[in-house]
Amino acid sequence: MEHNEPILKIEDLTVHYELEDETVEAVNGISLELGKGKVLGLVGETGAGKTTTGLACLRLIPNPPGVVKSGKVWVNGTDIYALSDKEMNRVRGSEVSMIFQDPMTSLNPAFTVGEQIAESVQLHENVTKQEAYEKAREMLELVGIPASRIGEYPHQFSGGMRQRVVIAIALTCNPKLLIADEPTTALDVTIQAQVLELMKGLIRKYGTSVVMITHDLGIVAEVCDEVAVMYAGSIVERGTLVDVFNRTLHPYTEGLFNSLPNIKRRGEDLKPIPGLMPDPTNLPAGCAFAPRCAYATEACLKERPKLEKVSDTHWCACLAYRNEGFHIERSKGKE
Amino acid sequence: MADNILEVRNLKKYFKTHKGQVHAVDDVSFTLERGRTLGVVGESGCGKSTLGRVILQLIKPTSGSVLFNGKEVTGLKGGDLRRMRKDMQMIFQDPFSSIDPRRTVCQIIGEPLTVHGIVKNRAEREERVLELMKTVGLAERLINAYPHELDGGRRQRVGIACALAVEPGFIVCDEPVSALDVSIQAQILNLLKEMQRKRGLSYMFITHDLSVVNHFSDDIAVMYLGQIVEMTTAEALFDHPTHPYTQALLSAIPIPEVGAQRQRIILNGEISSPIDPPDACRFAKRCLYATDQCRQKCPSLTEVRPGHRVACWRANEF
Repeated sequence: MEHNEPILKIEDLTVHYELEDETVEAVNGISLELGKGKVLGLVGETGAGKTTTGLACLRLIPNPPGVVKSGKVWVNGTDIYALSDKEMNRVRGSEVSMIFQDPMTSLNPAFTVGEQIAESVQLHENVTKQEAYEKAREMLELVGIPASRIGEYPHQFSGGMRQRVVIAIALTCNPKLLIADEPTTALDVTIQAQVLELMKGLIRKYGTSVVMITHDLGIVAEVCDEVAVMYAGSIVERGTLVDVFNRTLHPYTEGLFNSLPNIKRRGEDLKPIPGLMPDPTNLPAGCAFAPRCAYATEACLKERPKLEKVSDTHWCACLAYRNEGFHIERSKGKE
Repeated sequence: MADNILEVRNLKKYFKTHKGQVHAVDDVSFTLERGRTLGVVGESGCGKSTLGRVILQLIKPTSGSVLFNGKEVTGLKGGDLRRMRKDMQMIFQDPFSSIDPRRTVCQIIGEPLTVHGIVKNRAEREERVLELMKTVGLAERLINAYPHELDGGRRQRVGIACALAVEPGFIVCDEPVSALDVSIQAQILNLLKEMQRKRGLSYMFITHDLSVVNHFSDDIAVMYLGQIVEMTTAEALFDHPTHPYTQALLSAIPIPEVGAQRQRIILNGEISSPIDPPDACRFAKRCLYATDQCRQKCPSLTEVRPGHRVACWRANEF
C-alpha cells in the first residue's frame, strides 16, 4: 500500500493567530490530499488562508501569534507535527520546500547565489564544499542561468532571474513536495511565462508534487491538475481542474469567474461579488460566504456547511444543494 | 475634426543618472478623443507611469508638447498650472501610500474642494464630501474614518472620490486595480466605467494587466522601453496583434479556461537597459524576427492599416 500513499495529506487543520485582544481564524478545519507528481492549485483572495495553509505544511507558522489548534499534516507519510525540531529541519528542504512570492526577501543580499544554493546542498547531503558548489552550478544551468554567474549577489540579478535562483534552491535536494506561494505574482507577464514554463518542465522531470498558491485562475488552468478554492479559511470547493472550471458548483467559485475580464468578450460589464470577505476575527455563524451570496437561504445564515462529496473527484461546501434541482447560473446549459 | 481632449507630441523625458541618461519616455506622440479611454500597457520599467506623470506635469518633460483641450500645458507654472490641474486628475496604484494616514476620509476628499475654492465653508464641504462618497459607493458612516480602518477596495474608492471631487474631464489611472483582489477589482472597474458614462470622462488607463486593459479601453498603446511600439483600437490589437512584442505579450496571458493553451511565444532574455539606448529597434535583442536593419536603425510608428500604427521594420510581413 505504501507506494499509493499521498505525498501530502492534511486532516482537519485549524490555525489561529491569537493576538492580544482578538483571534484571527485563519484556517478552519481543512483537509486535503495530493498524489505523487500532481499539481494542486490553492486559489482564493487575500486573507483566505492560502499562505497559512502552505506554511503549515512546513511547520513554519510563526509562533506566537500563530497556533495550530488541531489537525495533522503528513508529508510523504511522515506526521510532521510529531517530529522533533531537529528532525523537522531535515525534512524541510529535502522532503518539502517552499518558494515565496518575493524573491528579494527570500534571498540573503549578503551572500552570493552560489553560496546560498550550496548551503542547502551541504545541509542535507554529505558532500564536500567543492561538490556542493558543483551541484550549485548544475542547478543554475538547470533553471537557465549561466553557471558563470555563480559568484554574483542577488542585487545583480533581475526579478525573474532571482525567482529562478529561489527555484534552484528549493529544488536542489529534489524534494517530494514543493509549496509555491504566488511564485510569479511579482513578475511581468512575459517573464511569468518563462518562469511557469521552467517550473512545468522541472515538475515533469522530477515528478515533484506541487501546491501552487495563487489568485490567478489563468495560471491554475495552465499548470494545475487539481484545484481547491479557499474562502475565509475553509475550502469551499475542491476537484479536478475540469470539475472546478467546467462543472463549477460553489457560488463563490462562480463569483470569481464572473469577476474576471474575459479576453473574448470585451466591453461586457463585469459581475463582481458584492461586499467584502468577512473579518477573520469575527466570522459569521453560518456559511462565511452567505452575506455575499445571491443564492443564500435562511439555513445558510445559521449552519456552517461541510465539504461534501459530489463525485469521486469533486467536493463542494454549500447548503443550497440540499434543495433538489438547485444549480448556479454558470453551470446552466452545461452537462 | 475630431474633438481631442489630449494631444501629445514628441514627448521625451530623460533622467540623468551616474551611468548615463535613462530614456524613460522617448519620443511619444498620440491623441486622445474626448470621452474615450486610452489603455497604456507594458512591462515594469517601460515608462508607462512616467508618461502619465509627465502629461499631468507632475514631472517636467525634457522636450515635446502636451496640448490639453488645445492649450499647451508644458511650462505652465503656479496658478495657471493649478487651474489646469482642476481639469486633469490622477488615480494612483497603491491606495495605501497615496492617501495621508493622519487625516480622515472627510479631510482627504475635502482637500481638493478647498484648494480649488469649490466650497466656501465647512458645512458646504461636508455636504459635497457626502455626495462624492455616495457616488463612489462609500457608506456615510465612514466619513470620519482614518485610512487604516479601510480595506484596499474602500481606500481606492477614496482615491477615486478625490480625483472626481474637482470634476475633471480627464483622469490618468495608474494601475488603479493592480493592488486589489479580483472580486474587488471588478467592483472598481465597474465604478470607473459608470463614472465615464455619467460624466463623459476621458481616461488614460495605465496597466500591465492585458485582460483588464482589453476590457476597459477603446484604444490601446503598447509601450516598450520608453516608446510606443503599437497603437490601435482594442479590437484590432487583440484580433491582429502585429508587433512581435505585442504578439508575445498577448500569448503570455494565462487564460482561465481548461484547455485554452495556445501557441505560446516565449521571449528570450529580459527588457534591456533604458540607459543611452543605441539607435536600433529596442526590441531587436529579444525579437524572433530581427534582421540587420532592426539592429541598425530604430523604426518609427507607421500606419499599416487605417488607424493601426506599428513601429516595426517588418510589420507588413506579419
